[in-house]
Amino acid sequence: MALDPSSDVQQAIEAVFRIERARLIAGLARVVRDVGQAEELAQDALVSALADWPRSGIPTNPLAWLLAAGKRRAIDGFRRKEMLARKHAEIGRDLEDERDTQVEDLEAAMDDDIGAELLGLIFAACHPVLSAEQRAALTLRLIGGLSTEEIARAFLTSEPTVAQRIVRAKKALANAGLDFEVPRGAERQARLASVLAVIYLIFNEGYSATAGEDLIRPALCAEAQRLGRILAGLMPDEPEVLGLLALMEIQASRLNARTAPDGSPILLTDQNRARWDQLLIRRGLAALQRAEALGGANGPYALQAALAACHARARTAEDTDWPRIAGLYDTLAGVMPSPVVELNRAVAHSMAFGPETGLAMVEAIAEAPALRSYAPLPAVRGDMLFRAGRPEEARGYFEAAASLSQNAREREFLLGRAAAC
Amino acid sequence: MRVMVFVKATEDSEAGLTIDAETTAMFEAMGRFNEELIKAGIMMDGDGLRPSSDGKRVAFDGASRTVIDGPFAETRELVAGYWIWQVKDMAEAVEWVKRCPNPMKGPSEIEIRPFYEMADFEAALSPTAEAIHSRNAVAMAKS
Repeated sequence: MALDPSSDVQQAIEAVFRIERARLIAGLARVVRDVGQAEELAQDALVSALADWPRSGIPTNPLAWLLAAGKRRAIDGFRRKEMLARKHAEIGRDLEDERDTQVEDLEAAMDDDIGAELLGLIFAACHPVLSAEQRAALTLRLIGGLSTEEIARAFLTSEPTVAQRIVRAKKALANAGLDFEVPRGAERQARLASVLAVIYLIFNEGYSATAGEDLIRPALCAEAQRLGRILAGLMPDEPEVLGLLALMEIQASRLNARTAPDGSPILLTDQNRARWDQLLIRRGLAALQRAEALGGANGPYALQAALAACHARARTAEDTDWPRIAGLYDTLAGVMPSPVVELNRAVAHSMAFGPETGLAMVEAIAEAPALRSYAPLPAVRGDMLFRAGRPEEARGYFEAAASLSQNAREREFLLGRAAAC
Repeated sequence: MRVMVFVKATEDSEAGLTIDAETTAMFEAMGRFNEELIKAGIMMDGDGLRPSSDGKRVAFDGASRTVIDGPFAETRELVAGYWIWQVKDMAEAVEWVKRCPNPMKGPSEIEIRPFYEMADFEAALSPTAEAIHSRNAVAMAKS
């Protein structure tokens, strides 16, 4: 097959740009202190590359080339503003000095460490002045390189909504006057927690995609994993970064096993473990081990990863180490108290120590307002009663769960269980 | 997509590791390249292999099994090292390979091969085969 050499070069340039885009925007944002402008400058740099590289070839250090091209545009912009200012007023030599200082500042800023700049951009995109939705959209746009249209499809919303979300987010960041530095000291942990929450939100959005949906949705899992790996590469000593990475790698290892050919969900215990991605499991277990070695065993993400790891290590569902899972949930309930964690903790205890133990724990939380219309609560109760040999009581709970469920397949499953009582 | 990236052998790599200034510099450059791969979030695994003189082959023909000791001919077809990368597409993998420092002293090649996906195997697996693969997979995860 003959390839059109020009389109071949263009494809190569686009691949290079995709690799460099986030770092390029990060470097330019540090200079112009505005992500919107940085994104435009990056796009201008791509246009220059598409014009130059087919003739000159792809440079040995494409990022440096693109940064320089973007920087030139930024300086041109400053100069244009300056010319305008000069037309409007008599300013004289002061401005000349000022311009030189500005240009020197730009030069100095460009020499900073690229890794730190990318990290700074990630922290900016996940800044607390933004809403959770804005953080996710801006992170996918700036770091993931997704288009507005792709983000809209991924989050089941309209393109104008996402476009507006991103514009507002950029404006909010500009108004906040960020320096695009990685936060230090006490602020750092809180800001890092926000970054991790954004990445996990993106992952879960992908994980909740069902069969037959637009493929961009499950692709969010891969995007979140990549963000997690980048973050772990840039912050190799942060245990919760590794904990989150471990959690995502292990959960993603089951993506191919969790739905039947007809699209219905398969419970973890019923999954065909041959379909679990062993490379991801190994990577996840290694990341978890590093998180624990760094003293992070009790971080919320590391604990959830440890729970996921218990399943990943079990040869069959029967081999699952339920007492260990119950113990991990005891710890998690202390670190991250919530009725949902309590419910999962009750399930783990029922698997480890019998349904009666679990039932007593469920009864203690049954009145929690957060669980009032939560289908898993009656479903769990029904299952425990059934296993305790009390099918008449179980039936009512399965039926209650079915009426609360939003998912047709799940409802069918629960009604089936009720009928079997 | 997941790809395996093979560093193909050369006469030099087949001769074994020689510790000289050039090798040391190459290891440093390769270390920096790996660092880049990690920071880009695409590096999943990677390692180097000893020359084929330390390897063995087993030839299959019906019921017969014949063991052949290394070194093997066709030097340029042998593998000297590998990575596993998670990339968006082949174009991205190609661009990353271009950035790799020369892996060998003389001219050499790097080959990129995509992995099969689970779906590719679906039709080939009987329920028994699936069950066996399942046991193996979990045993591997445990070790």
